[in-house]
Amino acid sequence: MNKKQRKVLIRIIIAAVLMVVLLLLPLEEGSWLRFALFLIPYFVIGYDILKKAFKGIMNRQVFDENFLMAVATIGAMALGEYTEGVAVMLFYQIGELFQSYAVGKSRRNISALMDIRPDYANIMVDGKLQQVDPDEVAIGTEIIVQPGEKIPIDGIVIDGKSSLDTSALTGESVPRTAGVDSEVLSGCINMTGVLTIRTTKEFGESTASKILDLVENASSKKSQPENFISKFARVYTPVVCYLAVALALLPPIMLLIIGKDPLWSQWLYRALTFLVISCPCALVISIPLTFFAGIGGASKAGVLVKGSNYLELLSRTKVVVLDKTGTLTEGVFEVTEIHPVGISSDKLLEFAALAESFSNHPISKSVKDAYKKTALGLDIEQSSSERISDVKEISGHGVEAKVDGMQVDCGNIKLMQSLGIKVDEAPTSGTVIHVAVDKEYRGYILISDKLKSTSADAVAAMKLAGIRKIVMLTGDNKEVADSVAKELRLDDYYAELLPADKVTKVEELLEQISDKEQLLFVGDGINDAPVLSRADIGVAMGALGSDAAIEAADVVLMDDDPMKIAKSIGISKKCMRIVYENIYFAIGIKVACLILGAVGIANMWFAIFADVGVMVLAVLNAIRALRVK
Amino acid sequence: MKKTYKIDVDCANCANKMEEAAKNTAGVADASVNFMTLKMSVEFEEGADAAAVMEEVLKNCKIVEDDCEIYL
Repeated sequence: MNKKQRKVLIRIIIAAVLMVVLLLLPLEEGSWLRFALFLIPYFVIGYDILKKAFKGIMNRQVFDENFLMAVATIGAMALGEYTEGVAVMLFYQIGELFQSYAVGKSRRNISALMDIRPDYANIMVDGKLQQVDPDEVAIGTEIIVQPGEKIPIDGIVIDGKSSLDTSALTGESVPRTAGVDSEVLSGCINMTGVLTIRTTKEFGESTASKILDLVENASSKKSQPENFISKFARVYTPVVCYLAVALALLPPIMLLIIGKDPLWSQWLYRALTFLVISCPCALVISIPLTFFAGIGGASKAGVLVKGSNYLELLSRTKVVVLDKTGTLTEGVFEVTEIHPVGISSDKLLEFAALAESFSNHPISKSVKDAYKKTALGLDIEQSSSERISDVKEISGHGVEAKVDGMQVDCGNIKLMQSLGIKVDEAPTSGTVIHVAVDKEYRGYILISDKLKSTSADAVAAMKLAGIRKIVMLTGDNKEVADSVAKELRLDDYYAELLPADKVTKVEELLEQISDKEQLLFVGDGINDAPVLSRADIGVAMGALGSDAAIEAADVVLMDDDPMKIAKSIGISKKCMRIVYENIYFAIGIKVACLILGAVGIANMWFAIFADVGVMVLAVLNAIRALRVK
Repeated sequence: MKKTYKIDVDCANCANKMEEAAKNTAGVADASVNFMTLKMSVEFEEGADAAAVMEEVLKNCKIVEDDCEIYL
């Protein structure tokens, strides 16, 4: 509890004690002494509200809570209902205190949850270890991370071996091993050995800072319920106030007209009861709190949601479009078969590796990796750049280059067809790179990718979460796509797509769904930024360390487990359920109170209890969104 | 140009009012207040002087909710 809250608590206690004492004293009903004595607890508990109300009037802000509370309680005092006047003020303050305490607490809880920001970095100065502000560490500095400490800045290990706990980043507690030359990310906890790390980024650009930035600024995009509530709050209070005025005036006038006792004070009392219920607090606080807790809970599970609007959209997802490579499959390609024609297999691999040497595509990498392991590869790797010229990448087809003066074409069957080169029959279980040297067919290299172990379960879980259609997009050939789609029981797939085709396909799929349904695209964030932004919700997977993906996506899965897709949908659904529970519950109770108050069943006590009670329950309900199974 | 400011305010409805007040200030293209993270992000109109506009924003916020603060 902070200072401000403690002060209010003390005032609440004093006012409550005073009130009880006054109620026990044998004071004459309606006497001036009784009025004067009740003014003491009234001012103790309400002076700040009266002050704010006065300032509000000065600033012409008539419909603020303070003003309404002031009118309601002053009215009650004027009607001789001293206890009620004090009690309303008292409970209003209790409600406000609870609200500010609960909000403060969940604010701290959630920030603690997301607090992966390291406080210091250790550097060697004159042979001694010194703790410095990580902000002051320049790129290329050697920092030392002891067991149990957080890695403060992204870098590369230059000495030591250890296992790292990445759970703060990914939500998964599988340790990763790190040794010399491994890239390590800030926010991971070093568990076993001392590591010396050469930093490759500044603190502000490091993973931990980036993620924190993202989460802290997450909710600047507001969801529909949030916008509804702020609009509702703006309308609700004035409407209730006008109703109160009408209630105070119309029935007595009617009664006068038909010649009966107007009962002014009874109707005035009912009107004041209205004012007590006019504060929209419960709603206004519980909705953003729910979203905040939902975003917090999701980030604990390794899912970063960039705004409460995306949490809302996630819950309405009906179609999921997945990229194949790196999303459903490991994205780790290995050369599994070499089929040379008229040359040695090492030589075939060399032509392919050299031609592809400038490409970062995972397939090219695997060819290069395989080549490095051969006898030729060890010898000539260094001089390779001198042997290659005129490299041209043909998107969706392959590469052509001059290697040792010879024209080398390597790529898929489409490339060979366009060159008019006949190829051998190749297996369909993976990606095939055909190689032609000086337009002469020299064989193919088969590269296969493995499905992730959780992919099948992930698809089943998505179906269970109410996804109607799961579609896979891939640049791979039809046969590979077909076998993956069958194995995972996907609803549909589109193969042999160029990056630009993926956007077109997503657009086609978007046209097939209604406005209320949402299309979610999951990719690994490499090369699919346009698709990520075109889909209703773009999800980047395994985005640890990839700034571009974090930038482009709306939802970021910190590790590359496809199970997280269904999980994030589950989190969003729970969050939305709580949001609607709170909206219906709070508005329902308020309307019920208004009706009961108008007909005289609910008095002011009832109104303030209902008002504060609803808020407490709504806040407690909101905090539930933080808990993620 | 978009900037984010730290704010201090006690009630959620007041935060909404601050947002409304900020939005209606001259030189502000759009504004959003996040009560949970206590942050106000303001998008300024082209050519607006952020510092001067924020002075006005603070003044307008003080009118709707006296007990608030924007850390400029």
